[in-house]
Amino acid sequence: MSQSAADAAITAGLPRLNEPAPEFEAVTTHGVVRLSDYRDGWLVLFSHPADFTPVCTTEFVAFAEIYPELQQRGVELLGLSIDSVYSHIAWVRNIKEKLGVEIPFPVIADLNKEVASLYGMVMPGESKTETSRCVFVIDPKGILRAMIYYPLTTGRSMREILRLIDAMQTTDKHGVATPANWQPGEQVIVPPPRTTEGAAERVDAGYECADWYLCKKSL
Amino acid sequence: MACINSDGTLVASARAILTASRKPSTPEQIAAATGLSVYRVRGGVRELAAAGLVEQQDGIYRLTGAGETRLAGALTPAPVVGGADVRGR
Repeated sequence: MSQSAADAAITAGLPRLNEPAPEFEAVTTHGVVRLSDYRDGWLVLFSHPADFTPVCTTEFVAFAEIYPELQQRGVELLGLSIDSVYSHIAWVRNIKEKLGVEIPFPVIADLNKEVASLYGMVMPGESKTETSRCVFVIDPKGILRAMIYYPLTTGRSMREILRLIDAMQTTDKHGVATPANWQPGEQVIVPPPRTTEGAAERVDAGYECADWYLCKKSL
Repeated sequence: MACINSDGTLVASARAILTASRKPSTPEQIAAATGLSVYRVRGGVRELAAAGLVEQQDGIYRLTGAGETRLAGALTPAPVVGGADVRGR
């Protein structure tokens, strides 16, 4: 296979928002799991470049620290890298020994890059053998709701991942959107009207409106 | 396999799932009874069913005779002969 064809093969699967997340079955540190095992709850599927590397280790510690908060929101975590399950086991044991942190979530050993290819986790411009720092938020119906792609050099923000989940769960519960930099408790955006009649009625609907298309309310 | 060690012994989560399966249950009910995550139970019962230790019908899992035997062996203290654990040998 030519180099360009090989690159194309590992980037062929690029999932799309608001479509079913690609199903998979994979070996993990908690046994074989299927994406469908997570149905009826939220899932944060994330990739890291490699075990026993510094930025990834700080991220694993950070993910472990927010795990209780994720569980309170009905969210599970599932990690992935293109490493063996033995490497994963050794690494999480090392994190426990050296940093005193228990890693409570499973980690996919994606040696054949099957899941990485399905989700477009490999960016050949960064590395052909490692996944970039990707996050996929999947809802209880198995729909992919959000994606975050970060480079190898830059650790992710756990606060933003929590904020993102809070925002989407608020949207699902109340039928609203959330503005830039939204934090729980702040005003949300009322979806704009789709007809001229609706637009005319909107300004008198009791919301805080800059104009008919930009209205906020408190929950 | 995750639930069954390479030496045939059961890991703690497997014992918990098998114990809960004495009462026919859904994965969600087993998760509630054991404190395990639902995803872990779903994977666990799949593996234990493949090993013949539980059986599934209409989404309900129940312990099989083989599962009861294996569980009884797992919960019984190992006999010690001459200072060695001879279970499984």
